[in-house]
Order: sequence, then C-alpha cells, then structure tokens
Amino acid sequence: MKAKIFVTLKPSVLDPQGKAIHHAVETIGFQGIQDVRQGKYFEVSINGSLSPEQARAEIERMARDVLSNPVIEDYRVELDPDS
Amino acid sequence: MKFGVVMFPGSNCDHDTYHVISKVIGQPVDFIWHRDNSLGDCDAVILPGGFSYGDYLRTGAIARFSPVMGAVKEFAARGGLVVGICNGFQILCEAGLLPGALMRNKNLKFICEHINIRVEAIDSPFTNRCQRGQVLSVPIAHGDGNYFCDAETLAGLQRENRIIFRYSDAAGNLTPESNPNGSLDNIAGICNRERNVLGMMPHPERASEQVLGSSDGRIIFYSLADTLAELAKAS
Repeated sequence: MKAKIFVTLKPSVLDPQGKAIHHAVETIGFQGIQDVRQGKYFEVSINGSLSPEQARAEIERMARDVLSNPVIEDYRVELDPDS
Repeated sequence: MKFGVVMFPGSNCDHDTYHVISKVIGQPVDFIWHRDNSLGDCDAVILPGGFSYGDYLRTGAIARFSPVMGAVKEFAARGGLVVGICNGFQILCEAGLLPGALMRNKNLKFICEHINIRVEAIDSPFTNRCQRGQVLSVPIAHGDGNYFCDAETLAGLQRENRIIFRYSDAAGNLTPESNPNGSLDNIAGICNRERNVLGMMPHPERASEQVLGSSDGRIIFYSLADTLAELAKAS
C-alpha cells in the first residue's frame, strides 16, 4: 500500500522560491503562467500489517506532526490501497 | 552555575559557544549529547547554530525529536533558561517552545555578514545588562531566517514585549534595508511568554572577542551569567 503526501505553503504565506521559478519560466518564454507555488511531495510505502483505515490514520498523523509545519504549511494525503 | 551546550549531529557552532562561555565569560560549561535524556546539573542550556540533521525536511524539524529535546522542554517548563541561536532558534520554533517559523530568506540567498540588531527589551534574563535601544554588531549566517507568524501571534509578541531584538541600521533605525532576510517586523529574536526561552538568528558567540571584529555579542552571555548568579544567591 502506498501513500502520497503533498505539503504546500498556506495561501497567506509568501513563497520566494515559487516567485523565482515563475520569473524564470516567464523569462524562458513559457506562456500563460499566472503563478507558481513550490511544495513538497512524499511517497510512503506501508507494510501489510495495517488496514487501509489504520494506514490513513497513521499517515495523517505523520503528515500533521512531522512532514508539515502547521504555522506555514497545509498537507493533503492520498492513499492507494491497491498499490 | 553551569551552562550546557547541546550537540546535535550537524551542529557547528557548539565549540564556538563553549569557547565563549568557558574562556571569555569564564563560567563552567558542559557539552550535552543529543541522545541524552537529561541536562545533568546545567542551569542554562544553549542550542547552538549549525545544520542539525542536514536541515533535511525543514530546518530543525528532525532535531526537535531528539531525546535531549524532551529534557529541554521539561527544563523550560520548570523555568530553566534556554537560548537557541540560529539553527537553535529554528529547533525551538519547530518544537513549539517559541511561536512562528523561520522560512527561506526573502532573497533566496544564504547570507553570511555582520549586521546590526537593536535591543528592544531589557527585562529578560538575556539582555538585562543591555540598554534599551542599544545596537549590537553581530553576524548572521543562514539561509532560513525569515521569521514568520500569523497576525494574531505577531500582535501578541508586540503587546507582551517579547520581541527582544530587531534588525536595524547602525544608528538603531528600523528600515527595510536593514532587514536582511524579510523577517516580519524586522524580528531577529523573540522570547516565550514566561521570558525564559530566547531564540535569535544572529550569532553572539561569533562576536564576543574583538579579534573577530566585534565583541558586542558577549553582553548576552554576561547577562545570562548575571541572571544565574542572582538565582543562585536567592536560593
């Protein structure tokens, strides 16, 4: 079973890295780019000892307590029980 | 009185801090290993600068789970004096001992240079030897020193006089140009509500001897030593 965790900066938090990337892609000539926000992506493999419900609870807790910083970041968890 | 300096894997200002306390301030000091569950008989503990755990995930994010941080939290809750310098400040924020977070510098560069900070509050164990408004020349050396918190937290810091240092020019003026990293409200250092935990991005231990270009930073260590001496006298 695999989980995907996306950690993104809260909308209210400035993202200088995203801004630098935005500026760079515009300079290179990419069209129509309105905004770029940089985030983090984690892939976590889970062994067979947990049910999908247990796995979701465990991954949610990990995303909240370790992988993201609630002061500046939000997170989203996707769980694929078939992977 | 005894100081403790925590060593995390990747700390690199631990020996500088130890040197200043033992040789410049002339006080007893021990290293504390990150795996220790106890701070021993230390009366003040310093989390030094560096790149604990390679700054992986986020600065300070992994160090906060070190066994020693459990002891630091208990120590702080009992009123023990805790100072986080640079990476130490980042760890204290991640651990929830101080509010807010330290984000990537606004200009995306690692900045290593002497800057000026203005002492904003002298009613703390870390600045009681300073004058209010005194300007200290100390270096910064960080890529993630851009202090951020929500508006409510910032208002609380201001109202409770918990902003201990702000980035300023040499004359003590708070200007956008003197803010090196984009920190909210020019914040360079804050304390907790109980005023026994300080976090600061600048490095006072790198400015405690004139041979290094400035000895302004040692007033913070002297203030700490004065506080500990008074506490010892009172007990």
